[in-house]
Formats: sequence, structure tokens, C-alpha cells
Amino acid sequence: MSGHAPRGRDSEERNQRSGMMHRGPRGMGSIEKAKDVRGTLGRLLGYLGEYRLHVMAVAAFTVVSTLLSLAGPYLQGLAIDKYIIGGDAAGLVRIMTLLAGTYISSSVMSVVAGWIMATVSQGSLKKLRKELFEHMQTLSLSFFDKRPAGDLMSRLTNDVDAIAAALAQNVTELIRNAITLVGIVVMMFTLNVWLALASLVVFPFMVVLTAVVSGRTRSSFRDLQRNMGMLNSVMQETITGQRVVIAFGQQETVNRKFMKANTDVKDMGIKAMTYAMLVPPLMGILSNANIAIVAGVGGWMVLRGLATVGTIAAFIGYSRSFANPLRHFANLYNSIQSALAGAERIFEIIDTEPELKDDPEAVSVDDFEGLVEFKDVDFSYVPGVKVLKDIDLRAEPGRTIALVGPTGAGKTTMVNVLTRFYDIQDGSIEIDGMNIKQVKKDDLRRQLGIVLQDVFLFSGSVMDNIRYGRLDATDEECIEVAKLANADGFIRRLPQGYDTHLSEQGSNLSQGQRQLLSIARAIVADPAILVLDEATSSVDTRTEVQIQEALLRLMKGRTSFVIAHRLSTIRNADNVLVINGGEIIERGTHDELLARKGFYYNLYMSQFKGTNNT
Amino acid sequence: MNDLRRVLRYVSPYKREAALAVVLLGLVVVTDLSIPRLVQVIIDEGVANKDMDIIVRTSLLMIGASVLSALFMVTNTVYAVRASRGFEADLREDIFKKIQTYSFGNLDDFTTGQLLTRLTSDISQIQRIILMSLRMFTRAPLMFVGSLSIMLSTNRRLTSVMFALLPITFVLVTVFVRTVQPLFTRVQERLEYLNQVMQENLTGIRVVKAFARRDHENGRFEAANAELYGTQLRVTQLMSVFFPIIMLLMNLGTVAIIYYGGVQVFEGTASVGQIMAFVNYIFSTMFPVLMLAMMAGQISAANASAARVMQVLDSEPDVQNRISALAPENITGRVVFENVGFSYHDDGGDPVLRDISFTAEPGETVAILGSTGSGKSSLINLIPRFYDATSGRVTVDGVDVRDLDMKTLRNRIGISLQDVILFSGTIRENIRYGRPDATEEEVVRAAKAAQAHDFITGFPDGYDTMVGQRGVNLSGGQKQRIAIARAMLMKPSILILDDSTSAVDVETETKIEAALEEQLKDTTSFVIAQRISTVLKADKILVLDNGLIAAEGNHSQLMETSPIYREIYDSQLGNGGAVQ
Repeated sequence: MSGHAPRGRDSEERNQRSGMMHRGPRGMGSIEKAKDVRGTLGRLLGYLGEYRLHVMAVAAFTVVSTLLSLAGPYLQGLAIDKYIIGGDAAGLVRIMTLLAGTYISSSVMSVVAGWIMATVSQGSLKKLRKELFEHMQTLSLSFFDKRPAGDLMSRLTNDVDAIAAALAQNVTELIRNAITLVGIVVMMFTLNVWLALASLVVFPFMVVLTAVVSGRTRSSFRDLQRNMGMLNSVMQETITGQRVVIAFGQQETVNRKFMKANTDVKDMGIKAMTYAMLVPPLMGILSNANIAIVAGVGGWMVLRGLATVGTIAAFIGYSRSFANPLRHFANLYNSIQSALAGAERIFEIIDTEPELKDDPEAVSVDDFEGLVEFKDVDFSYVPGVKVLKDIDLRAEPGRTIALVGPTGAGKTTMVNVLTRFYDIQDGSIEIDGMNIKQVKKDDLRRQLGIVLQDVFLFSGSVMDNIRYGRLDATDEECIEVAKLANADGFIRRLPQGYDTHLSEQGSNLSQGQRQLLSIARAIVADPAILVLDEATSSVDTRTEVQIQEALLRLMKGRTSFVIAHRLSTIRNADNVLVINGGEIIERGTHDELLARKGFYYNLYMSQFKGTNNT
Repeated sequence: MNDLRRVLRYVSPYKREAALAVVLLGLVVVTDLSIPRLVQVIIDEGVANKDMDIIVRTSLLMIGASVLSALFMVTNTVYAVRASRGFEADLREDIFKKIQTYSFGNLDDFTTGQLLTRLTSDISQIQRIILMSLRMFTRAPLMFVGSLSIMLSTNRRLTSVMFALLPITFVLVTVFVRTVQPLFTRVQERLEYLNQVMQENLTGIRVVKAFARRDHENGRFEAANAELYGTQLRVTQLMSVFFPIIMLLMNLGTVAIIYYGGVQVFEGTASVGQIMAFVNYIFSTMFPVLMLAMMAGQISAANASAARVMQVLDSEPDVQNRISALAPENITGRVVFENVGFSYHDDGGDPVLRDISFTAEPGETVAILGSTGSGKSSLINLIPRFYDATSGRVTVDGVDVRDLDMKTLRNRIGISLQDVILFSGTIRENIRYGRPDATEEEVVRAAKAAQAHDFITGFPDGYDTMVGQRGVNLSGGQKQRIAIARAMLMKPSILILDDSTSAVDVETETKIEAALEEQLKDTTSFVIAQRISTVLKADKILVLDNGLIAAEGNHSQLMETSPIYREIYDSQLGNGGAVQ
């Protein structure tokens, strides 16, 4: 008698579940609100834009499929009244064939609609992910500095998933349920006005009850969300810093902290989940009580000749399908809300302007000579706090400039502005007499070889990692530069040589080996200008010597900026810039600076105080 | 399913709730199944016999039944949620507390991410299965058996329609589960790969930008994205075919029931009421089968989660307090290594330390020098029993550290680890971490000694400045100095600084050393350093090479006796020097 899904109470739970699964670290079954519902919804629907025809087809198929399934109970009632009770065997065969045909065509259309919708939802998600990722690639470093990687990851995964859930399930369901609801009401009233009124008596109660319960559910889920957040951060922090916890013997303190947060989550979780799961039983009453009313009132009406048995049968079918759409709408609201909240966070990124766009008139440059000039350069990360002040310098092609100074003096910042990771606020930086703002950013960076202190390697083979410096380098070229970088030896000793797969961030290599690889990666790009952040840390003496050698080879014939920590580097430099407080306070060669007995002299001497004593 | 069963013992404190939930579920089935039967009574007995009384009575009975059913369901929900959430909280607490008993060795076996996943999504996965079992699993078989038996007892011939329908459904469900299951796994794998690409891109964003590799990265992402899309599309399409087909089967069953029922009505062997009841029972028979299809994946996922959870619970801490452990009132800090050997794996993997013997007297500073992997950190980790020596022994004040109460021992040791980790909270809270009861003066004193006071008071909020994601971004050197202050505040008998000044400039480092000298005169200090300037003034320098002490002595002794030391010295200061 029912034309449509007997999904019963359990579809509610299924939705709850999928909702929870999608959200991961952000919490369990949270319901968030988008700030600008209409705007966000509009933009989100915009992603369906190129699928306009698909969506229209889906809508059409769904409408027809739903209407056909609505005809089911009606035909069933007709069969009972007219043919079974009427004793018309041939007619029964006919109407049953018709009913079977109706169901088959309804299913076929439903399959077609679902199939098309799969393409639409997955396709637009793919596009959304792509757009988000590619846009992030255009954003400046300050964007990434401001946001923890975890937060960005969460936007790329959880938020996209929330949207996926909403798109995949709800577009068709929305259409289907709306039509079902309207269709059922229309059919009921067409069949029998009085019986229809009787069976709708329960309806308002259920709507009110559901609304009240859903409201409660939402607010307790918000509280649960908050408690989950606390618990997660307690766990995250403790586990990340577990070794410190052990070292300071704070296990009991963190246990106490954890238990409080855990209990809060449990208590609120019980409350929220109980509320959430009240809706299905309440809806259950709606269907069952409806059947009772229809059977009772209907029976009485049959006796009075106001209705037929078939009508009762049809009504029972309809009233069972009635609860489903209602329940769905309640879920739909939550699902759409969290999809919109997710979409808002995603759009926030997409709306972030690439801070360092190429000037429209920027030129491409193939090859620099390597004359680098800073002219009155001022820079601040945060407005008002100058990190570089009036920096002036000139580096002739092929020369080595050593940058020396205490931590926080601004050495790394000079590198950041030369590479245009950040743009300076005042003054200009010129290469071969050309302002770097007028050069295409990618071309500029291609001409700059950068070896950073924190070596980052990608998962992939050793060869892939070297080739990262220049994607069209041949295997032979890569091996050649590995030799120059003194990396060939250890690479050959790896289990699969150049094909050895590096695990996450190259953790199966030692710090020194990673540095050698990053030097090879820089050499293969054959840059005109070199920027080196000399590593201070953790390399054994022999590797250290190898690194020094490789660096010297690398610096030969290129303009080099070295954030120097080793005296040998400084001695070999053509020019030493002593930086303090964002200013160049002294400049000259090592010997000149020593003779001046200034800041550099003190820095240098503090180094040897120990030796003098012994 | 073994692991799942083991985890399920955490349900036992909630046996009562769980049992009640299941009983209530049984009652729900009974009331639910009575509804179609009562409809049949109204039609066949009430309407057919024109008996108004029966109609009224039966429909009141039905309303009663549906209210009862709802009540049962609500109560079931209350108990089921309580049991599953209680289970979840208990399990999580046990795992968390277990992790708190771990030694460094246990932590080496897991990554932080792994432990966190186990504490969050793995537990939730199992909790969901429990909640679902308490709300559905029992109901599904009961519904199935119940409706089939009612059908059989009402009209055997008409029930035969079901026997045609069920096998087809079973076959379809099996085929579907078998096809979709591996696809789900593949979606998961592709998703993980996509996440890996993104994670790497975000972590390495500086390198990506430095080499102008945007297009390359976009290409990598697009490839991963396309693969995920392909698999996900298949899954979604399969679902969009499967569910309508099952629905169609049910609907065709309805057609068959009405047709054969109709024929039977003509023969006089069935009633119209029976037909109507049967149409309802089709759904309550088929539904459990559908449920099964949807649950199959969930159960195997929960089992995998349970296995991961049990792995954490089954790891026994490598380092444990002895029952007869001593807790001396005071520790003076005489540390002796006696022929100590150590390897990270019990099965005697490569020894990291071999035959280490030396003595550190109270108030002495021992510097440890050596290349990466020479065993420096491993050596100092043995003093607070972060690991236990594999052979030989480490004594503090003449007592084997394994015979000392761990808490007492660690309380007397101040340590700053190589990777500086600060917790969210204020700077003050961080410095106070080891001694939450320390006074303000003590905090400031420690911060001054660590040369942190000046930059801390330079922040607008001073010591109340928040650290971490929502707080100020501290530089590496600043973090190191706070960590040193945190260690100094312990007023330790033994102080360990593991490469703790690498990001601090030499001048500041010298000041820190002087302050340590002055404030912790009687403290035995162990200092690991890369820069030779850091170790020049130490009372004793240990040069480690490949797990062995290659040389021991103070600077001037070593310059004469140790070629390795001279080599290090030359590379840093001899023809050069670490000037910052």
C-alpha cells in the first residue's frame, strides 16, 4: 500500500551517523549556523551552475518518479474496492499489471535521477576542492603563517565533506519529499475529504513536538560541540607534549584535567543524543496513530457508506509515507546548516586575495646577471612594527654577502623580502637594475636558489626530490648535481639508491643527508642568485665538512646571500653585513670589521671568551 | 571480530542499561507488529460484520499500542544512549590513562596522530556500533521472525510470495555488499592520499613557493582529486541503483500479494483485511535485511578500530616503578654510569650506547658532545628513567635509578628537551608547569636566569601573554629560554639541557650559563650542545662517538689528547667560529 520507502525510524539514525562521520575532529554531529545564509547558499548553488541541465533532468525524473509512486496506494485501493470486492478477476490482472508498471517506471526514473545526481554532486565537489587548493597556492606566505595547517586541512576535508553530504543526499531528497508531502495531502483530500481531515489531526501536534525537540537538540549539540572542543584540545596538547608531561611528572594533573573534560562530554553527549533520537519515536506515533485513526474512523465511515475499504487501504499506505518527509525536513535543516557553515569557511579562503599578485605589466626574465640592490628598504610584518629599516646594499654579480647578527635581527626577513614571500612597504629591491615587483614572481623565484635551514622534502623518490628544483632535469643531470652536492655517496648506499622512497618529510634520512639533498635540489635549478640559511644544528663533523664543500661549489659564480653562522663562511665572504634591530649597523670584510672594534668585534670576542680562560 | 569482543567488555558496567534497552526493543517489536494485525481485525471483523463496537475498540487499542511503542522506544533511547556514551567515556579514560603510564619507549611505537585518532574517531566508531546494536540489531531479527511467523499463521499460501522475494533480496544484498565494500576501502585510501598531498603541500609551502612549483603541485593534487572522484562516483552510482531496486522488489511484492490475495478472496480462502495486513508485513520482513546490508561495513570498520584501540591498551609501560622503590627525602645529584649499554629494541637491535662509565659529582657541569646519532640524547634519557639501560646501571646518590621511586627522582630533575614544547596558556603557567605552586618571585627569578624576563616583559601582557595558536608567536630561541626557565624553576638537583640553546645567540647563551652557575651551584648539570663554545667551560666533556665515550676530560685536556675533539674544534672555531 505504500508507494515509497519504508525507511522507518532508522533513516534518522543513518543521517545522524553520516553526519558524525563526516565531521571528524571538529566534533560529533555538530550543528553550526552560517552567518550569511542566503549569500552562501547562492554561491554554493553556483557550483551546480554548469550542471544546470543535469539538475533540471534530475528534478524532472524525480518529480515523475515520485508522482508515479504516489499513484501506488491509490491503485491498490482501487484494486481492492473495484476488482477484489467486486469479484472482477480479469480487471484485477489488468490493474495489477498497471500497478507493477507504475512501480517499475518509478524505480527506473529514480535510478536515472540518482545516477545523474551522482555525477553532479561528485563533479561539483571535485571542482570545489580543486578551486580551493589552487587558490591556496596563490596566497602569500603571511596567509599560511597566520593559520595553523590543521585548520586549513580541516577546511579542505571536513568542510568539503559536509557540503558533499548535503549535496549528494539532499537535493534529490528535498524534491522527493516536498512532492511526496504535497502529493499525499492532495491524494487524501481527493479520495475522501473527511477521512483526510481526520488523519491530519495528529499532524500539528507532531510538528510542534518535533520543532521543540529539534530546538533542544540543536542547542545541546552546540554545547556538546563546545565540550568536545575542550576535550579534543586537552587530548591534543597532552599527547603532543607527552614527553614533557613525563619529564615533569605531571601525569596526574593531566589525568584530572582530562577526566573533567571527558565527563562533561559524556553528560552533554547523553543529553544531546537522547534529544536527537526522540524525534524518530515521536514520528512513529504519527504513523501508527494515523493508521489507527484511519482504520477506526474509516471503518465507521464504511458502515455509513461514506467510504470504501479500498480507501482505507490507500489511506493507510499514504499515512505511512507521511512521516518520512517530515523527519527528513528536520534532518535536512541540520545538514544544510552545517554544509553552509562549511561553505562559509571555504569561501573565506577563496575570497582571500592573493596578496602578491603579479603586476599586470610584469615581465618575464630568463636569466639574471645577479646584481642585487636594496634601496632604503622598510618592512614590517605587523603595521607599525618595523622589522627592516632603511636597508641599503649592493651585491655585484658573483659576490658573496654574509648576513650576521643576533637572533631576531632581521636576517631571515631580508631573505623573505628578496624572494617576495613578503612585499616591502617602502624603498625598492632591484635585480640587474629592475625592480623585483616588475618581474613575474615565478621567474624571479626560478632565478633564486634557496636552501633553508628547515629542510623540507616531499614523499617520493630521492630522484623526484632532486628534480623538484627543475622538473625537466634528466636522471643524469640529477645524479650529476647529487655528486656536486656530495650527496651521491650516501644516496648510493640507500636500499634502492636514487629510487629509494622517502617517507613523510624524509624522516628516514639524517638531518645532514637531508641538507645535502636540499643543496642538490637547489643546484639542479641552476639559479643566478643563491640564498642560504646556514644550518646551525645537529650535523656531525664529517657531514658538516661535506656540506661546506658542496655549498662552496654551489656559491661559485653566483651572487650569494648567506645567513652565516660559521666563521669560515664569514671569512670567505666578500662583504659582511652586521644586522641588529632591523638595521645594517656595520659592513665590511671580516678583517675590517674586527679592526673597527665595534659590535661585530664584541660578537666575535664573546665567542672566544671561553678559550681565553682555559 | 575478536578485538571488538574484547573492547565490548567495557559495556559491562552498563549491563543493566544495555539489558533494559534490548528488552524494551523487544516490546517495541511486539507493539509494532500488532498494528497491521489490528487493521486486519477492523476490516475483517468490524467492517465486514458491521460491528461498530469492534471498530472502536480495536482502533483505541491501536492508538494505545502506538503510544506504548513510542514510550518503549523513548525509554530504550535513554538507556541505549546512556550505555553507549558511558562506554565511550570509560574506554577513552582508560586509553588516556594508559598513555599516561607510557615511557618514552612506548611513545616511540606510536605517532601522536595515531594516539589521537584512537582517542577520538576509533572510539566513536565503536560507540556508534554499540548504540546501533542497542537500538536496531535486536529489533531487526525480531521484526523479521515476528512478521514472518504472523504471516505464516495467518495465511500460509499467501506467505509463499515472501519465499520468492526473500532469496532474491538476499542475493542482491550480498552482491551489493561485496561490490561496495572494497570500493569503500578504496575511497578511504584515495581520500588519505589526497590528504597526504594537501598536508605535504601545506607543510612545505615555503619550498613550493621558493621553487615556483605551483603548477606542479596543482597537477599532483588534481591527479589525486580525479582518482578520488572516480571511485566516489562509482560508489554513489551503485547506491543510486541498489536502493531503488530493493524498493522495487518490495513494491512488486505488494503487487503479488494483492494479486494472489485477490485470487484467494475470489476462492474464499483469504480476506481483504489479510491482504492489507500482509502488505504491511512485507516491509517489516524486508527491512531487517536491508539493515544488514548497511550494517556490514560498519561492523568491520568498528572491528578495525577496536584492534587499534586494543593495541594501545595492550602496550605495557617499558619503565615501571618497583614495589620496593626508595623515595629518599633529598637527592644530592651524584650521577654514576657503570658500564651502561642501551638499545632501543629489546631484541638487541643495534646498541646505541656501549659500555658507558663516568661519574658526575654534585655541582659539576658535564657537557656531552658528538655527532648526530652518537647517543647523546639516549645517554641523558637514562638518568630520569625515560628509558631503562639494557645492561649496566645508572646510579643517583649511589642508588640504581631503577630502585628509586620515579616520581621522586623526576621531581629532582629539571630538564629541557631537544624539541621544545610549550602548552597553551600563559607564559607564567608554562614556566610553572613542573611546580604549579611556585611563587611569582620564583617564576621571575627563573625567567631572569634563562634570559627570558626581558623579552617577556616586552610583550604587552608580560607574563600573562598567551602562548600557542591563539597567542603570540614565539621564536625558537624564545621558546628555548622559556623551557630553560621551566626546568630551572624545579630547583633541581640534576639539570639536563638537551641542545637547549641552539637557537639562542652566543652572547645570551653565555649569560644563561653564568646565571646557572650562580643560581644552581650544587646542581649537577648535563649539557648537550652542538656548538663547541657552549661546552668550553664544562668541568667534564664527554665526546661520544658511535655510542662509545671516545674521550673524556676538560677542554684543555681534550685539546691535547683527543683527535676527534680537535677535529670538532677546528671545524667550528679553529679556522672559523660560530659567530652569530
